[in-house]
Amino acid sequence: MSPRKPTPPSQELIKGVWRENPVLVQLLGLCPALAVTNSVANSLAMSAAVLFVLVGSSLLVSTIKRIVPSDVRISTYILIIATFVTIADMILEASVPAVHKELGAFVALIVVNCIILGRQEAFASRNSVGRSLLDAVGMSIGFTLTMVLMGTVREVLGNGTFLGISVMGPHYEPWVIMILPPGGFLTLGTILLVFSWIKRRGEERAKPATAAAGPAVGKAA
Amino acid sequence: MGDLIWILVSAAVVNNFTLALFLGLCPFLGVSGKVETAVRMGAANIFVMVLTALAVWVLNTFLLVSAPYLRIIAFIIVIASLVQIVEMAIKKLSPALFQALGIYLPLITTNCAILGLAIFSTNRGYGLLEGLFFAVGGGLGLTLALVLMASIRENLELADVPDFAKNMGLVLILAGALSLAFMGFAGMFSAA
Repeated sequence: MSPRKPTPPSQELIKGVWRENPVLVQLLGLCPALAVTNSVANSLAMSAAVLFVLVGSSLLVSTIKRIVPSDVRISTYILIIATFVTIADMILEASVPAVHKELGAFVALIVVNCIILGRQEAFASRNSVGRSLLDAVGMSIGFTLTMVLMGTVREVLGNGTFLGISVMGPHYEPWVIMILPPGGFLTLGTILLVFSWIKRRGEERAKPATAAAGPAVGKAA
Repeated sequence: MGDLIWILVSAAVVNNFTLALFLGLCPFLGVSGKVETAVRMGAANIFVMVLTALAVWVLNTFLLVSAPYLRIIAFIIVIASLVQIVEMAIKKLSPALFQALGIYLPLITTNCAILGLAIFSTNRGYGLLEGLFFAVGGGLGLTLALVLMASIRENLELADVPDFAKNMGLVLILAGALSLAFMGFAGMFSAA
């Protein structure tokens, strides 16, 4: 996605939500998407942390992009990201210690979340501050939606609750497996399969307009 | 000694890094197409993990006691430079090994398994020896998961699945099944 044509700013915001959704389309940031989505509250806390780090580092990177030599740009980005992650980690620990404890090491692991480094390298380092902000917010919204979707499926099925409120009635036998690690894989796998099926159907309906939208295999490296 | 073995086995199978803790998913999904590459990636990971465990111990003992807020930054910088140095050293000393590990070494820098290892062993207060056993166990677990997944995917190529399922969705479902199987180990010890 090197030199891009000037797109309307609104496009930068919404592309992250659907067309370039970081988790579902780009398959980035899977570790947190699987690890902390066992409840809606955890998903929201994680998304808030990612929003903070992504917006903060995108703003900073797009501001200083001209003074960073390209040889050391990745190290610079990682340092900037690590700084914001440290701040987010401390804020979470101070304000919501219970959630911070549940998220555990995964807040610190935002540093190596490919979504964030990927956006710096692919977008913030070559776009204006305003566009980078929109891009970061859009990507965060896309990430949040995916996280909440997964968190909802897993918490409702695995625990019979939504944000701690019982939704399935008193006789519901929870599928405990959904809030355990295998549930994460199964939920995301199912969501990806459903999306891929919808996409395939859409392509078949609009046959002449064949945009080479192959399956995203191998993008995760 | 029993404790150390426990740490190793626990990290390798009971709390498998990839299948139970979701660390190192990028290589797990990205390079699990062939068994051979999976083995190499696993080997590179074990190697870097052991080095990381050493570095983390040094950092925790000498630097981070006085500046705990630098933890994340210090870990990521040290891991990144370590991988870089190791890559250069291997290139110089053993071109054959460099060929074998190839592109996998630099990829490891941004692998959550390495930083995860550093953070988990710090959170649990592991000493040097415990940290090393944890690293070897975690690396073995990652390798095991990678090799299992690669073997399944090699066979999957011959399977007749619907067109829309020929992507990561199916791989994740399989990972779920593997993860389910690994939960069977949970009864071996009380969960950590």
